[in-house]
Amino acid sequence: MSKNNIDAYRRKFLVGTGVAAAAVTVAPGLLLRQAQAKPADEAVTDKVRWGMLIDIDNLPNGGQGVVDACKKEHGWGNETHSNDKQKTHWVRTVKVTEKLTKHSFQLPVMCQHCETAPCADVCPTGASFKRADGIVLVDKHICIGCRYCMMACPYKARSLVHEAIYDQKPDSPRGKGTVESCTMCVHRVDEGKQPACVESSGGAIVFGDLNDENSEISKVLKEKGGKQIRADLGLNTGVRYQGI
Amino acid sequence: MSSNSKVSYSEVKNNGIGFYGLLGIFGLFLLAGVVAFFTMEHNGHHISGMDNQIVWGLPHIFAIFLIVAASGALNIGSIGTVFGKKAYQPLGRLSGLLAISLLVGGLLILLLDLGRIDHVIMMIKGFHLNFKSIFAWNMILYGGFIALVGLYLWAMMDRSKTAKKLYKPIGISAFTWRLILTTGTGSIFGFLVARQFYDAAIMAPLFIVLSFSVGMAIFIMVLMSAYKWTNRELGDFVLNKLRYVLAVFILGVLLLEVTRQLTNIYATEHHGVEAFILKGGNIYSTLFWYGFILIGTVIPVFLIFCKKLKNNRMALYLAAALTTIGGFCLVYVIVIGGQAYPLVLFPNAEVTSVYADGVINSYSPSKWEVMLGLFGVALTLAMVTVGVKALKFMPVSLADSVVDPHS
Ligand code: SF4
Repeated sequence: MSKNNIDAYRRKFLVGTGVAAAAVTVAPGLLLRQAQAKPADEAVTDKVRWGMLIDIDNLPNGGQGVVDACKKEHGWGNETHSNDKQKTHWVRTVKVTEKLTKHSFQLPVMCQHCETAPCADVCPTGASFKRADGIVLVDKHICIGCRYCMMACPYKARSLVHEAIYDQKPDSPRGKGTVESCTMCVHRVDEGKQPACVESSGGAIVFGDLNDENSEISKVLKEKGGKQIRADLGLNTGVRYQGI
Repeated sequence: MSSNSKVSYSEVKNNGIGFYGLLGIFGLFLLAGVVAFFTMEHNGHHISGMDNQIVWGLPHIFAIFLIVAASGALNIGSIGTVFGKKAYQPLGRLSGLLAISLLVGGLLILLLDLGRIDHVIMMIKGFHLNFKSIFAWNMILYGGFIALVGLYLWAMMDRSKTAKKLYKPIGISAFTWRLILTTGTGSIFGFLVARQFYDAAIMAPLFIVLSFSVGMAIFIMVLMSAYKWTNRELGDFVLNKLRYVLAVFILGVLLLEVTRQLTNIYATEHHGVEAFILKGGNIYSTLFWYGFILIGTVIPVFLIFCKKLKNNRMALYLAAALTTIGGFCLVYVIVIGGQAYPLVLFPNAEVTSVYADGVINSYSPSKWEVMLGLFGVALTLAMVTVGVKALKFMPVSLADSVVDPHS
């Protein structure tokens, strides 16, 4: 990864492009909630907690579209030297079959943006961190590639880049020897847009502010609930599911 | 009182082919490790056997093993200083040297395996340390260990009054520090709540007793080899002391490991991983039962307690070697076995994906990882070899007439 790339990235999410929670009136019936882009000098605030609610019953193709959209947005998964178990996966679809009932469903699994993120707790350098607005990120500038965060993640959401990466997306710098995972499309969110997977989901994924009780996501969650994977771990994830 | 008054120390005088030949062999391994590092650094980790399922591999096993052994090797000195056992005091210097060397060997492996070693410089410059991270704490603990053991060596070796006065307090601090250090190393795993095999507070005490046994075993081998090769006298008095302490430590590891596995068995959610490790019919169950239990515990204990083998040096050396192998097997089972068993996303369900969800992961290290691991071992041994040649670490004689207070 070129140094400039990282620098730009770092400036972007550290030095303070932020977005405020300013709610914009939502057209009734639309499962979307827009956030308004804020001036670049406004800091990221903890008044907001970004989250996603994934309704797997309405997600076409078991969530494969989500995976494709993410790949397209961030450019991961195009490694040529790494074997299948070494390739990066920011999001994958997992098929689950209950042993007793044989009930089966499929869901996309990515970084769950935990409130108490184990990866950020264990990271020796602080490269893994949770932004004030709840998005869990890796600062590739200071990640030393020790992989302790990968050992700590209950969701296998993180990947080490096992080879040099070329043709990167400007908004998603990636680097050999550093760890990466779903950024909740922080570059889009900071511009007031939705994450790429949300846009691709045909309304099956709601993105929004979990702290704002009037947001669409909060309303749906309040009414219908949303489950966490491994809720027993008490991580209070920012990504919730319906239908699991 | 730094040591028995009868004991005198000297540098190793041998300048023969033996000495340089030994260094030459270590040098080859060191070179191989450097080649492995640059190759991996240049190509990325895809040339290694590690992947995004088994993220820590052979280098980590070697590193953890050496670091754990480091704190254990210091015990021999501590028994003399902290617990005032005179018989151990002449061994204190060598024990300190070995401890520092093991730690440096282990740490360098860890460092050379990093994905971005260049970022470590950034980390130090910018003081990017996350104090919530046990890993960050360990870095401080390791640095402090090297400094304290350095001081401890000085207190043992310097003739000044200050050194003599500080000998005991420094020895106690070094001993306390090493206990914290091993707790820290064990806690690296204890903090991994998501991994079924690690999630236990007993990990830390287990690592402490493991450090006792492998540290003692490695010390015995180094001591016996060094005295043999330098034609210095080493009596049965010292060896028999070490022999029985080793046995106690081996049984201590067994006790804690059995306790850990039993508590795991009682926790329902850990049944799967326990069965996998203990009776999975895989490499981990083989390493556990044959490597750790049989080779690393039962046989050494037999070799130590068998009446016919009393004062038999071959038997003691073998017991120490097997204990070392057994300890290594246990660390292998913990590090790799714990990762090979898939993460449980949904209890009581089967999961599949294109990304190895729900499958038992396999691991076969590449030659690069082997080279990196052996680099650490070679570095440790080279440091000890150069150390005893340059400074007065070894008593001229450890014959019974010198060290046995009753003779
Ligand atoms: S791999 Fe990078 S992000 Fe992960 S714990 Fe290590 S330094 Fe932190």
